[in-house]
Amino acid sequence: MASSLTPVGSALRPEPVSTNPVAQPPRRAHRFPIVVTVVVSVSGFVMVFPFLWEFLTSLKTLGESTSVPPVIFPGVWRWHNYERVFEAIPFAQQFLNTVLITIGRVAGQLLFCSLAGYAFARLMFRGRNLVFLLFLSILMVPTQLYVIPQYQIMESLGWLNSLKALIVPGLFSAFGVFLLRQFFLALPQELEDAARVDGCNPIQTYWYVMLPLVRPGLIALGVLTTIWSWNDLLWPLIVNTDPNKMPLSAGLASLQGQRLTDFPVLMAGALLASIPMIILFTVMQRHFIASIATTGMKG
Amino acid sequence: MIAPMVLGLSVFYLWPLFQTLYFSFTEWGPFGGHTWNGLDNYQRLVGDPEVRRAFLNTIWFTLLSLIGVPIAVVFAALLNHKGLRGVGFYRALFFLPVVTLPAAVAIVWRYLLNGDFGILNYLLSFVGINGPSWVGDSHFALYSLVVVGVWSSIGYNIVILLSGLQTISPELYEASALDGAGPVRQFFSITVPMLSPSIFFVTVLSVIGSLQMFDLVYVMVGRTSPALQSTQTVIFLFYERAFVDNDRGYAAAIVFVLLLLVLAMTLLQFRLQRRWVHYG
Repeated sequence: MASSLTPVGSALRPEPVSTNPVAQPPRRAHRFPIVVTVVVSVSGFVMVFPFLWEFLTSLKTLGESTSVPPVIFPGVWRWHNYERVFEAIPFAQQFLNTVLITIGRVAGQLLFCSLAGYAFARLMFRGRNLVFLLFLSILMVPTQLYVIPQYQIMESLGWLNSLKALIVPGLFSAFGVFLLRQFFLALPQELEDAARVDGCNPIQTYWYVMLPLVRPGLIALGVLTTIWSWNDLLWPLIVNTDPNKMPLSAGLASLQGQRLTDFPVLMAGALLASIPMIILFTVMQRHFIASIATTGMKG
Repeated sequence: MIAPMVLGLSVFYLWPLFQTLYFSFTEWGPFGGHTWNGLDNYQRLVGDPEVRRAFLNTIWFTLLSLIGVPIAVVFAALLNHKGLRGVGFYRALFFLPVVTLPAAVAIVWRYLLNGDFGILNYLLSFVGINGPSWVGDSHFALYSLVVVGVWSSIGYNIVILLSGLQTISPELYEASALDGAGPVRQFFSITVPMLSPSIFFVTVLSVIGSLQMFDLVYVMVGRTSPALQSTQTVIFLFYERAFVDNDRGYAAAIVFVLLLLVLAMTLLQFRLQRRWVHYG
């Protein structure tokens, strides 16, 4: 009676079940991830390989960096190449410039965009829709259409080759207003009314009640402005030709101009300039991803 | 409350837009000052082979870069696969180039693609291919820029597409699995149609971004390269005319034609979306 052909016995063994066609899809679903994992891992390697090669090359001698076949690991790890970046361009100054520009733009945009975004979302004033429409039209136009007159403004103010030229036009953003307006619109009107009943004026309502509630929007705008500000190249090239007033993006372009084939130093410079954002991204990964996912916009 | 923003946007954006339009009808003297010259700039532009080449390069680059969209869709779908472990890790790997300065990306890739001692040509030599000097060769330079452009923006697109994938109901996949649909069939019959609004969005952004390409040409190719002719984009030409040659009236006309191109391409995509985008 202990025959294995009883239903109970067969249910305990997985093998005979596989002959059942209904069981096919789950089995395929189990095999499939291995293919997925392999494909994704290989592509992931392709994505990081340039960074790895950049790092290894940054520690090589010039001869090692141009040898055929390539030398994978440097004979001696020449950290001195990094010092040579500082000799070729005022890297420390440019790093500081980039940080100051980024902080300035982010702080300005968070304040001005949230003020305007709140006003467009919640306050009634004459000409609101017309002004909003004008702001929206700015969004549609490529930034390069503004740079000639912007350059002239900077020139007439005597701001060329100063950090002001890089910060001030970046304090304002139609995109930021639009983005934060959406976040303010999503908040319930009752909160607003309650604050009014408690005697808040619009500024107090904005600052104490509404602003803390749009934190995700502020983070998103901050992240996007940071990425855009750190990476921007065209505007710095136009207004700041003095190496001491350049951000890192323009500094790297000039490093490439003067050390065209000194690959170890070029790699060291490129890596040094990218590392702060890579660290920031690693630490705040969740916020970076959420910012892109919810807004889907570059600055 | 909107006063600072209204002031800032008017001074730095709205008014400059009208000024640029006005400048496009003026001629700039070598020592500053400009005089009205009507439609001269636009007439000159139509007959200028360099401008025509820059627009053709830009359009060609934009169309080729669209290959990045289907690639991103496939990887987003793979990353969204339930069985895959470490999704966050892979997503971070793909996203890394997005937070890297384009100037740094350009420097590194110029080295990887070097004709004499670049690693790519070394790898190609194993399969018997004697690689060209990619970025320095006018036949391959634009394609090289497309590859680098796709590599640096794919993570950005994947993140948007992944968030679109989250909204697709798992029941659709379960139901289709019961009907015997395999992963490939599911990808084309469920994932792509359901994701089409996100795909459309990514496509529009990709086109707008590609039409304004500047950084990669400036750092990877540069002014003196023989390959500049085949890679010079509209914005690169604009930068040269406006800020190297100080021919700002002409530069303003060039960039205004680009604006028309951007608007036309965007409008075209919104027209075409009715044929393939499904809003559920």
